[in-house]
Amino acid sequence: MSAAAPVVPGTTGATPGTVPAVRADPAAAPLAPRARLLPALGAVYRAQLSRARVARIPLLFVATFQSVGIMVMLRGVVDGGDAEAARAVVAGSSVLVVAFVALNLLAQYFGQLRASGGLDHYATLPVPPAAVVLGAAGAYASFTVPGTIATAVTGCVLFQLPLVNLWVLAAVIPLAGAALAGLGAALGLLAPKQELATLFGQLGMSAALLLGVLPAGNMPAPIGLVRDLLPSTYGVEAFARTFDPHPDWVMVGADLSVCAAVGVVSLAAATWAYRRAACR
Amino acid sequence: MSTGTEQAAPSTAATARDAVIAVRGLVKTYPAGRGRRGAATPAVRASDGIDLDIRRGEIFGLLGPNGAGKSTLVRQLTGLLRPDSGAIGMLGHDLVRHPERASRLIGYLGQESTALDELTVSLAAETTGRLRGLDARTARAERDAVLAELGLTELAGRAIKRLSGGQRRLACFAATLVGERQVLVLDEPTTGMDPVARRAVWAAVDRRRAEHGATVVLVTHNVIEAETVLDRVAVMDNGRVIACDTPAGLKVLVADEVRLDLVWRDEPPLHLPEVAALRPAAQISGRRWTLRLPQARARAVIAEITGGQAFAALDDFTLATPSLEDVYLALGGRQKGLVKA
Ligand SMILES: Nc1ncnc2c1ncn2[C@@H]1O[C@H](COP(=O)(O)OP(=O)(O)OP(=O)(O)O)[C@@H](O)[C@H]1O
Ligand SMILES: [Mg+2]
Repeated sequence: MSAAAPVVPGTTGATPGTVPAVRADPAAAPLAPRARLLPALGAVYRAQLSRARVARIPLLFVATFQSVGIMVMLRGVVDGGDAEAARAVVAGSSVLVVAFVALNLLAQYFGQLRASGGLDHYATLPVPPAAVVLGAAGAYASFTVPGTIATAVTGCVLFQLPLVNLWVLAAVIPLAGAALAGLGAALGLLAPKQELATLFGQLGMSAALLLGVLPAGNMPAPIGLVRDLLPSTYGVEAFARTFDPHPDWVMVGADLSVCAAVGVVSLAAATWAYRRAACR
Repeated sequence: MSTGTEQAAPSTAATARDAVIAVRGLVKTYPAGRGRRGAATPAVRASDGIDLDIRRGEIFGLLGPNGAGKSTLVRQLTGLLRPDSGAIGMLGHDLVRHPERASRLIGYLGQESTALDELTVSLAAETTGRLRGLDARTARAERDAVLAELGLTELAGRAIKRLSGGQRRLACFAATLVGERQVLVLDEPTTGMDPVARRAVWAAVDRRRAEHGATVVLVTHNVIEAETVLDRVAVMDNGRVIACDTPAGLKVLVADEVRLDLVWRDEPPLHLPEVAALRPAAQISGRRWTLRLPQARARAVIAEITGGQAFAALDDFTLATPSLEDVYLALGGRQKGLVKA
């Protein structure tokens, strides 16, 4: 048996990533074009959104139901006069919907996709990794929109909070969504096993639930620290601040900036994790 | 030019030019598993020094039983797995060094595809086309053409996971075809399909070969499929290519042998000396005895059995010319995993 001999001489000088055709070997066939980032992202996003119709509706309902349920329960506990607690409960429950879907469900989705070999499909298409991750993350963040709005409105009515500043959800959902979906995607893609991906997703959501819906003032210091480490916290705080009669918009902006920064970092990490998972 | 094969030196340059895919000395070992409580799995050498040349416009088959290493080989061709050593050249590109180029050369249908499960047939095909770099209009047009070609138009709006197994496979195959590629790598594309769907796949593959000069690598363990559609076949066993030729060429290897199947009604009448004499050579599965014999001997055996008392105990018998399965067994394939349907 002959030793392994290079069959394709002369391709080494090619600059990797030259678009469209790399032709270092004069006889080398031209390569088909790559999919560009934005169209590919759009295609993944659209495909992921359509999955909601087939697979995800029951869970989206559960996410909303859970949050509304928590608010109804806490309505009996939180004293009507305790405005800070009421704000925390409503803001926390609303962002909890985002954590449920974007963090928990997305971690499960990527964990399952990876375990079942589904990533191979994307890995054998000339699609930028960021398009797959951002498309899926964007779709999962979008899934949270109806539930989050429904929860926020219900909460405002239940706790007699003003509805005027709910427009801020237009910033809270995408930014908290980016942070949590990036985290979810990274967890799902990095977990060595599918079960662990599910576990991490569930734990992340539980943390958002336990640390998000109660006012931070009463928490012991170590728990407060954990709370500060959780990206959903900043979405909750930003949203809660807008219930003030005179909201401190600078602080709202600062909290949202934290979400955005975490979003950028976690989505970049998820893209890196995807690259790693897709090519073994 | 260095194309080091052990084959005849003068032909290697020509082979390298014709060869759309050239594989040399490919080795891939799956590491030993760290099983719990001592149940460790040993390392598996799933590609054990594979050399192949696949020519332009060829429908090239990989035939072999479960675990032979067919999927492992094609996953290395498609850049999904990195070989431990060896070379893969495809259309002048070094795919070991640049595995990411595979996606721009190959349309790949994996053995199981779950990424598309929750999409409709139509959206799966369209999205795959978009991700192969087609613009929206072209992707839609190609989607419609491919679905019509494969007879899937009726099912276009159905979610893939709500289809039958064969339909699902056909829908995934459709997605593979959207966005033309010079090479198609299909891992058991027809598994679970009825004859109509299977023929649609074969026709679609053949059309791409005829019209665009596409080269096709098709994994199968179906002997009939191999004999019907493949130009050349590599027979694989235990990570090695144990033979590689046209189906007819392979059958010449065992041309002087025929296969005799005897199916007994009940217990074989072993008290009859002519039956007892056959037993050591027979491959027995239930009431069926399979014998591989030289033609003259087979005829004599039939005369003996059908002429004597043994005939009463016989339910059925068939005499057949050799199939690729016989080639496989004659070549020393250890397992009996090939499907004949
Ligand atoms: N991910 C893996 N980890 C460890 N061993 C593996 C892995 N995948 C395959 N193997 C082993 O490698 C060998 C070849 O497997 P492969 O999937 O290539 O076979 P195949 O010819 O495609 O079989 P089939 O006809 O069943 O699809 C088998 O012994 C299999 O158990
Ligand atoms: Mg296989």
